[in-house]
Amino acid sequence: MIEILYFAWLRERIGIPRETWTTEAKTVNDLVDELRAREERYVMAFEDTTSLRVALDQELAEFDAPLEGVREVAFFPPMTGG
Amino acid sequence: MRVSLQSEPFDPGTELTAFSTATQGVGAIVSFSGIVRDTDGTLEAMEIEHYPGMTERALQSHAQKAVQKFGLSGVLIIHRYGRLTPGEPIMMVATSAPHRQAAFEGADFLMDFLKSRAPFWKKEHRADGADWVDAKTTDEAALDRWT
Repeated sequence: MIEILYFAWLRERIGIPRETWTTEAKTVNDLVDELRAREERYVMAFEDTTSLRVALDQELAEFDAPLEGVREVAFFPPMTGG
Repeated sequence: MRVSLQSEPFDPGTELTAFSTATQGVGAIVSFSGIVRDTDGTLEAMEIEHYPGMTERALQSHAQKAVQKFGLSGVLIIHRYGRLTPGEPIMMVATSAPHRQAAFEGADFLMDFLKSRAPFWKKEHRADGADWVDAKTTDEAALDRWT
């Protein structure tokens, strides 16, 4: 079981800020595929992962990163702070 | 080193004075303040979302990185979240060092990081709707200067 968090327009597109999900995924890319297979809103949200960022346990990571031992995955668009 | 993530407004002048007083004995202090701008007179508010938990960690770790990389004597980062109106300060960075070059570079480094590596997202609210601000490729490219 992992916690999945969504921010900014990704949160709006999916319609929830976070959810708990039981996953078989080995990598972030696998997890995205699992989510896309659930519902159309996930397909829309994850249409182009090159325009998205991911953090594993609150550290920025790549989409091919392994999920082993990870408790919290966050997806969001490129950051616009400052 | 002080890092503050807050929804409350702040006064950059007051903060800079406090930072300067706390870091006496250094030769140089640089500060930068970012203000909500309304370029065409239609912006009602700027909403800033962040990732509670990760934001604090990211700000702390980059403040430490800046201290080590540039030999800074002190760092101040204040960043707001929530709903802000035009003219309000969004954030500020201040650095102190024995000499000006380190203070300037440290502040520049922290700004590049805050723009594209700290988990903040801006949304502009206007009379005709709201839009998320797109990240600039120039901001992403600016980070390459420091690697």
